[in-house]
Amino acid sequence: MISKEALDKYEMTIGIECHVQLKTKTKLFSGADNDARESEPNSKTSPIDFALPGMLPVLNKEAVRLAVRLGLALNAKINLKSRFDRKHYFYPDLPKGYQISQFYQPIIGAGFVDVDGVKVRVEHAHLEEDAGKLTHVGEISLVDLNRAGTPLLEIVSMPDMHSAASAKTYCTELQRLAIYSGASDANLYYGNMRFDVNISVAQKGDKKLGTRAEIKNLNSFRSVEKAVEYEFIRQVELLEKGERVKQETRGWNEAKGKTLAQRSKEEAQDYRYMPEPDVPPVVLDQKFIEKIKAEMPLLPNGHRAIWAELKLSKSVVNAILDNRVLAEKLTSILQKLASDKNGMELAKNITNWFCNVLLSEENATKDFRQLDVTALIELAKMVAKKQLSSTSAKEILLKLLDGKKRPKELAEKLNLLQVSNSGELETIVDKVLESPESAKAIADIKSGQIKAIGFLVGLAMKESKGKANPSVVSEIIKKKIRILGEKDG
Amino acid sequence: MMGKTWGKIAEMVAAVQKGEVSARANVEKALDLAERCKNYNIFVNLTRKRALQKAEEIDQKLQKGEKLGELAGVPYVLKDNFLDFGADTTASAKMLAGFVAPLQATAVKKLEAAGAICIGKSNLDAFAHGGSTENSFFGVTKNFKDTERVAGGSSGGSAVAVALGVAPFALGTDTGGSIRQPAAFNGVIGVKPTFGSVSRFGVVAMASSTDTIGCFATNAADARLVMKVLGGKDSLDSTTIDNDFTPRGKQKLHIGVIADFMTDDVDQEVLAVVRKYIQELEKNGNRVETVEMPLLKYALPVYYVVVPAEVASNLARYDGIRYGHRAKTARTLGEIYGLSRDEGFMPENKRRIMIGNFVLSSGFFDAYYLKAEKVRTLIVEEYQKAFAKFDVLVCPTTPSTAFKIGENTDNPVKMYLEDVMTVPPSLAGLPAISVPAGRTKSGLDVGAQLIGARGDDALLLDLAESVENKKLKDKNI
Repeated sequence: MISKEALDKYEMTIGIECHVQLKTKTKLFSGADNDARESEPNSKTSPIDFALPGMLPVLNKEAVRLAVRLGLALNAKINLKSRFDRKHYFYPDLPKGYQISQFYQPIIGAGFVDVDGVKVRVEHAHLEEDAGKLTHVGEISLVDLNRAGTPLLEIVSMPDMHSAASAKTYCTELQRLAIYSGASDANLYYGNMRFDVNISVAQKGDKKLGTRAEIKNLNSFRSVEKAVEYEFIRQVELLEKGERVKQETRGWNEAKGKTLAQRSKEEAQDYRYMPEPDVPPVVLDQKFIEKIKAEMPLLPNGHRAIWAELKLSKSVVNAILDNRVLAEKLTSILQKLASDKNGMELAKNITNWFCNVLLSEENATKDFRQLDVTALIELAKMVAKKQLSSTSAKEILLKLLDGKKRPKELAEKLNLLQVSNSGELETIVDKVLESPESAKAIADIKSGQIKAIGFLVGLAMKESKGKANPSVVSEIIKKKIRILGEKDG
Repeated sequence: MMGKTWGKIAEMVAAVQKGEVSARANVEKALDLAERCKNYNIFVNLTRKRALQKAEEIDQKLQKGEKLGELAGVPYVLKDNFLDFGADTTASAKMLAGFVAPLQATAVKKLEAAGAICIGKSNLDAFAHGGSTENSFFGVTKNFKDTERVAGGSSGGSAVAVALGVAPFALGTDTGGSIRQPAAFNGVIGVKPTFGSVSRFGVVAMASSTDTIGCFATNAADARLVMKVLGGKDSLDSTTIDNDFTPRGKQKLHIGVIADFMTDDVDQEVLAVVRKYIQELEKNGNRVETVEMPLLKYALPVYYVVVPAEVASNLARYDGIRYGHRAKTARTLGEIYGLSRDEGFMPENKRRIMIGNFVLSSGFFDAYYLKAEKVRTLIVEEYQKAFAKFDVLVCPTTPSTAFKIGENTDNPVKMYLEDVMTVPPSLAGLPAISVPAGRTKSGLDVGAQLIGARGDDALLLDLAESVENKKLKDKNI
């Protein structure tokens, strides 16, 4: 085990390449269906994906549009002219023997991601096609080309991260940007996002970066975080022993929790890049970009700014942002409540419901699209006016998920409206206080053990079948006992 | 040699449309001629069954009174690097022997829609690599006049088919001269259009940035008719453009004779014949002047950097995994790749793959590929300068007449030098046609090459047609 002191001497530098699958209807260069989830192998392919002789790629304009959207979300310069190149290597998952990518002139230029105090510059992002998939069965390997040709935007960061946590923060924000920009479903389970992480280690204060290792094909935020943590220690150990870090490609073994060497620099392939003669350059006009800009929805940082007044913790903010539907509802609620003098309090209450009820393990996967914002506000107001207990409010909240719009009617129908009318409550309290059950509690209260009032409130709640407003009941009990006391005295 | 077996295509179509000659009769005649020409090794496969069936369909259409297309009932020969039904698509390579195309090339589809009927797939240098049709897995195609001489290539089979009158026209592909040179060697007209004029979809790729689809015919009017059907934008090929092949009606053209290709490096007899053709152009009232184009001599070395690079890339898909030849003895992935490609490719294919991968490899890319592309731009500019002054440029199609079979086999550089005059327009994407200019004393055919500015294909056909008409007139007087 390496000592903390040793680790403290070093700093790591991280750069990340993230592949995002764009959610176009068809593939980047063919008309085949781009959604191959749960499909029979090779059922979503065309002669183009299969690289038959004489087949030519035809660029999918929708992929260009989605790349521009994600580019704008990355605060990036959109290049008005970009080009495609061929990257050659032989592997059975690459039918043409080359991948069409953008090596020399990518579509997206420099940009940045700025989230929760982590600022990462984006070097560029380029369009390229995904490869197929191999399944190894004993001695043989099976080729499935369903994924071959799926459009990817590869986002290449600058080496601006220095901890596993910041790497994870960057990756999670990329996912949000991909989703909010509408470019991708960014579903990690389906491999919609994959990460290659470059890590080097150098002594703190050293101006020169160390030799980097690249950990390829990480498919979850957790594996990014774990791999970075592992790699930092591995590289520091090497340096402490006076050895050198080798420039190489490594893989992450989830089960072992280790990175393992795959290919050294010497074994690296020569991709023999060449301009793609079959696809003319992509030329965009400024008007096209302006139009997309105008259509862009509010991005995570836009929501964060609107929510700032709520003073929510970063983790709460991100949890809500990770459910885009709820995030947009929350922003819309805040906009609606902007002129309401109790607005902030109501919004906070609603935020609590989001975090504690809707995003609970039990409900988080539900569809929140039908949730009516006005109804939510009304529900919050009913609680504020003590017309509903918080328990009842939660019950109604779940009913609103079906698109119901009138929480008051629901409360009435379900008989959940709280009784705050003091006349009615006084009758109940009187009944409770007269009951022999209460005698001891009353005595306790009189002798100063004010806590005993809870017992009496409980009895009153029971008597009201839960509809009584407990705080009003408590006030009435206190008042009555004081009166009783005065009489006794 | 059978001489003229077909009239002009327009007349043939009229006869079919009037019911005077059936499509079936045309197809049967072409198939019969094909059989009689077997010793020239024109075909990789005949498409007899499908051709007769298509002819039947046209004849029935006529009976039902339906409108027939502009090439109704005209048999033609298709180079075997076009994907089509009815026979394998082999590109004359072992790699693709037995490959059954699941679809048709756009060019083939268009011809079929116009009523033209493919009677067979013609031989070529494997993957169109070569200028003699000697590099074919299916044997050498012979010159139409002298079976000891080469047909030229790579579209040798198609050129000889038209020269022998098996069919009135044939399709070829031209990347650096593969239509023009065999046209010159076999005394027919060969059209390489402006890059992008005809869709490349469904044609086995050689070099994507210079591959063009064109035709062979016995006269300019026939060639124009075919090019009109073939041309036009295709959503399946992003590099296609609309191009107008109709006559321009421009009378006196300003013609530039490329001085750099009229030198002692060219066979003296070839020069004499081409000079005579140029005199005819002048007699027809065109203004002829000499033009120096010193950069064109760099086209050949540029071509043999850029084209092998694209060739190496385009042939990467032939890996023995999904289709095509797979070595029977291969046990590992490396062996599947290595042995299948070793067995499936011809030596000329391998030579180009190696040159291509070399010029693309890291450390050499800038010195070779990038530099070549820069020179290519200069060549394009040199043409632009020339076309600012001239309507059409002219030079010989080839530096010599058809050479003996086997003569250049051991000297690839000499073979490449055959392309020295056809390659420059290819690099610049310009239209160029080879027209029969006459014969040498020993009776071998010589081609004159007419080159136009981008999109001026029609002008070249106009010029060729005017010379043909003049000759006919002179004959009749």
